[in-house]
Amino acid sequence: MTSILTYTFKNLSATSKWALRSSVRHLSCSSQLQAAPAAQTKSKKTLAKPNLRNIVVVDGVRIPFLLSGTSYKDLMPHDLARAALSGLLHRTNVPKDVVDYIIFGTVIQEVKTSNVAREAALGAGFSDKTPAHTVTMACISSNQAMTTAVGLIASGQCDVVVAGGVELMSDVPIRHSRQMRKMMLDLNKAKTLGQRLSLLSKFRLNFLSPELPAVAEFSTSETMGHSADRLAAAFAVSRLEQDEYALRSHNLAKKAQEEGLLSDVVPFKVPGKDTVSKDNGIRPSSLEQMAKLKPAFIKPHGTVTAANSSFLTDGASAMLIMAEDKALAMGYKPKAYLRDFIYVSQDPKDQLLLGPTYATPKVLEKAGLTMSDIDAFEFHEAFSGQILANFKAMDSDWFAQNYMGRKTKVGSPPLEKFNMWGGSLSLGHPFGATGCRLVMAAANRLRKDGGQYALVAACAAGGGHAFNLSTHEAKGGGSP
Amino acid sequence: MVASRAIGSLGRSHAFRIFRCRGCICRNFTASSALLTRTHINYGVKGDVAVVRFNSPNSKVNTLNKEVQSEFLDVMNEIWANDQIRSAVLISSKPGCFVAGADINMLASCTTPQEATRLSQNGQRMFEKLEKSTKPVVAAISGSCLGGGLELAISCQYRIAIKDRKTVLGVPEVLLGLLPGAGGTQRLPKMVGVPAAFDMMLTGRNIRADRAKKMGLIDQLVDPLGPGIKPPEERTIEYLEEVAITFAKGLADKKISLKRNKGLMEKLTSYAMTIPFVRQQIYKTVEEKVRKQTKGLYPAPLKIIDVVKTGLEQGDDSGYLAESQKFGELAMTRESKALMGLYHGQVLCKKNNFGVPQKNVKHLAVLGAGLMGAGIAQVSVDKGLTTLLKDTTVAGLSRGQQQVFKGLNDKVKKKALTSFERDSIFSNLIGQLDYQGFEKADMVIEAVFEDLSIKHKVLKEVEAVIPEHCIFASNTSALPINQIAAVSKRPEKVIGMHYFSPVDKMQLLEIITTEKTSKDTTASAVAVGLKQGKVIIVVKDGPGFYTTRCLAPMMSEVMRILQEGVNPKKLDTLTTGFGFPVGAATLADEVGVDVAQHVSEDLGKAFGDRFGGGTVELLKQMVSKGFLGRKSGKGFYIYQEGSKNKSLNSDMDSILASLKLPAKPEVSSDEDIQYRVVTRFVNEAVLCLQEGILATPAEGDIGAVFGLGFPPCLGGPFRFVDLFGAQKVVDRLRKYEAVYGKQFTPCQLLLDHANNSSKKFYQ
Repeated sequence: MTSILTYTFKNLSATSKWALRSSVRHLSCSSQLQAAPAAQTKSKKTLAKPNLRNIVVVDGVRIPFLLSGTSYKDLMPHDLARAALSGLLHRTNVPKDVVDYIIFGTVIQEVKTSNVAREAALGAGFSDKTPAHTVTMACISSNQAMTTAVGLIASGQCDVVVAGGVELMSDVPIRHSRQMRKMMLDLNKAKTLGQRLSLLSKFRLNFLSPELPAVAEFSTSETMGHSADRLAAAFAVSRLEQDEYALRSHNLAKKAQEEGLLSDVVPFKVPGKDTVSKDNGIRPSSLEQMAKLKPAFIKPHGTVTAANSSFLTDGASAMLIMAEDKALAMGYKPKAYLRDFIYVSQDPKDQLLLGPTYATPKVLEKAGLTMSDIDAFEFHEAFSGQILANFKAMDSDWFAQNYMGRKTKVGSPPLEKFNMWGGSLSLGHPFGATGCRLVMAAANRLRKDGGQYALVAACAAGGGHAFNLSTHEAKGGGSP
Repeated sequence: MVASRAIGSLGRSHAFRIFRCRGCICRNFTASSALLTRTHINYGVKGDVAVVRFNSPNSKVNTLNKEVQSEFLDVMNEIWANDQIRSAVLISSKPGCFVAGADINMLASCTTPQEATRLSQNGQRMFEKLEKSTKPVVAAISGSCLGGGLELAISCQYRIAIKDRKTVLGVPEVLLGLLPGAGGTQRLPKMVGVPAAFDMMLTGRNIRADRAKKMGLIDQLVDPLGPGIKPPEERTIEYLEEVAITFAKGLADKKISLKRNKGLMEKLTSYAMTIPFVRQQIYKTVEEKVRKQTKGLYPAPLKIIDVVKTGLEQGDDSGYLAESQKFGELAMTRESKALMGLYHGQVLCKKNNFGVPQKNVKHLAVLGAGLMGAGIAQVSVDKGLTTLLKDTTVAGLSRGQQQVFKGLNDKVKKKALTSFERDSIFSNLIGQLDYQGFEKADMVIEAVFEDLSIKHKVLKEVEAVIPEHCIFASNTSALPINQIAAVSKRPEKVIGMHYFSPVDKMQLLEIITTEKTSKDTTASAVAVGLKQGKVIIVVKDGPGFYTTRCLAPMMSEVMRILQEGVNPKKLDTLTTGFGFPVGAATLADEVGVDVAQHVSEDLGKAFGDRFGGGTVELLKQMVSKGFLGRKSGKGFYIYQEGSKNKSLNSDMDSILASLKLPAKPEVSSDEDIQYRVVTRFVNEAVLCLQEGILATPAEGDIGAVFGLGFPPCLGGPFRFVDLFGAQKVVDRLRKYEAVYGKQFTPCQLLLDHANNSSKKFYQ
């Protein structure tokens, strides 16, 4: 990604036609910035890079995130994605033919719609001339969709890109066993009755035992919950701390829902069922109730339970990303700038869920910011234990020095700025769709509270991603 | 029970305790509890749980020596006496080791069976008290839990172990010619069932934690932790302790049941074991199997069966009594002394006595992807060494690559590796046909055909491409290294590394240094060998070095015996009956008849009469007929793919008939045949020490046992001379010398030992 950006950067100095145009626009843009009175009190500086286009998120939506096995259970992934796309069209009124490209992230692929972005786009009425592709990168798949969009726009290949993500965990591809598949494929090729019979004679009853999609990491054969439990133990995170954090997430989500802050949610009329308009996984409980649960992964002494983990979720999200100049020219009031981002990866065994710890200091350094500059943190909550372990890791000089090659710790984010509208623990975590939810929550929180910088971070099966957003350098961005 | 209470109440008197405790100078009062600082064992109290920590100072492992035992008893007595304490956790502060076993030196210092029996009884008494503890005791195991350590653990009420590769449980006493003498023979059968207990005690195998859980040997697994607020090992131990404490509390509160859910198979087995007839059948089958495998040469396995039987049939008291008595008897046997000697030798040969090499070998190159080359590559890549494997043909190279892959994949099948680890290890192997990348190599090991001119050719080629510091090692079984080094521009960087086939199974590496080899080169070669997991002997250069040189006269005698009309099968039975793991004729087939021919011709030229006996003609004719041994499918035996049974190669009859020599009846009894083979081996080994090829007898014993299969129950040629008596060996040699001549003439060093019975190779 960075290579694309640098490449563009070099190209920009060339006086190609569009580069000229772009730099002119850039000028106009920055002049607007200068001309703008400092409406916000704490506007610090711009994160814009010289000779690079400013990229903005115009708006983003998601259908309600539902517990798996509830209202969406009879649908297919592209149905959810289509609903999100329709919602986006409705919300932004973007003319379909303006969209240059569509990218979706997903994790567990429905084999019938392996390029789910394209299937959903066609169904949602986008032009069949608009290319679409699907990306996958564990829990940061839609982050990958967004940053791919950023790359396409920054390099001048596109002006308007729709990025999103979808996951339907009510249904997963359960396959025939390899032996059965092999026999069926061989049967296809068998020409004579004799060949067929001899193939069939090799059939054994155990061929019929199905092959479930792996819940475990391929490289380590460990499930994520198991790894989270070990991670929590490694950082000495207690069961009580985890339950308390989970309770906080549910309470905050409930509050945000009641106050109507979750404005990215668009209602979805489920075919044959009622219209769904609210996330249904938010269930504030009590510490006493939560303490009764048995550990879900490491039994009997583990600390990760169903109540302090994110649950299996169905959902989809989509957002409209544009070059700032294009957005302004079309009369939009963008929600935020998409600025620096970074991807990291680490040991898939013992640091499976430590992505935010590694990514946060790097992305801050890239942008020249510190933790205290950030007004809104939106981190993906895979497990309470994972979030708290990341906090402890970020707050440990020892860890920074011994594992991250840094001189000092970056510090853990202040809780009063952290996931204030709930998180994946309470809102749900449809793998492929979470990234866009995080970015929209961050942008909306900045708008609501008048903050300037937001930091989004997520862990992803031994990887991680962090993204900087900023608002009121966004000239032309309207009031929240 | 009564005893423990009594001692417990004695312990309550504080002053008394201080007087009794040796080596305890300072007392350490902390907020949580009054701590008495002991040398090996400490304990603290967390809530109502006592945490007893084993940590022997200045040692990588904890062993149960006399001091540890007495400190442990002290501590436990205090715990039993303290009303505030309701349960206890036993844990080691050393990440890689819980308790590695009893102290071998403690045993070695015993001079009579009675002394050893007393040691066993002390252990039994200690563990009996632990077993009958009214306060639940939880063993929290991380790292090796072996021998006495496991006996300690199974005397506790509950066991929790870390699920990692370092944590292994086992009773390896049988490998030292002993039996588990602190209650192990009595408790294990009750805990894991008779068949599994026999398997553990008779093989001495290490059992990984997850397997141990399935067997019922431990009750709970704890996963190892990654990096967190502390280094992983440290935090994992801490976590283990935290978990163990919650279990100890649960046990004290009777919230956790000690009953284990048994599977259906287990229930059936344990039911079957209640039928006397079934038990008798099991004893019988196991005993037959043991007799067949040990040929009656190892007393320990039979005694183990005996002791288990006594316990099960006549009750605990008789069982424990039998255990301690048989333990005492075994400790005094020659076999046990020999095996313990090997253990010590092995420890010695796992050290680098040549210092730290200036440059760590990170990039290795192996020339020749044959059986040896690929084997060397395999044991290198799986230790993380980037290895270039070069051959001259695509076919040869891919055969070698497949061998490495198969070796790794077999480990996956045995669950010793995951398929992911296999792939990542295999990516360390780079197969190629040219010298690309050799400019980065730190060491090149050649395993090309055993021909001096070819070795010279590759040496020159390699020296043209490798960097200044790179070491050239030759894997040869007989070609003198100084001859190979003769064409080198920098002979100080040339060394011999003689691996044994199959490389991934055979533990020995014989490193050969010439006059010119630098010390740093040797240090580097030893370091690489140790990394590859080898037991290493370092010998001086000379025809056949040490191992091949000892093997050659023995094989020469074997040929002679065959020529005298002894059937190869009979010969195999005789040699395995003496303790060789592989029969002599089979050994020739395994080594390769062509290799044997090469070696015996070369060494015959170098040593003349002393290597006489059989004629090389026998080997030559076999080679000319294509009977190269296992690799060609035919040798003395016929080998068939997939079949373990081998039949005699009847085509050999005519060859043997044409070379037949008259047998000498006075030296052709079964015993004489055995001793003819063995004494020639031993004589040559002693001569190697006399000539300075070998630096120490210990290396000679390790080389002979681990490289050539010299009977382990004899402990190696030098131990054999010590235990059997040098005079007796000389007498035998003189007897055969009288019949056959010079090849049996005892060497001077052996004669010296015979003349002075106080002279021993091992003092």
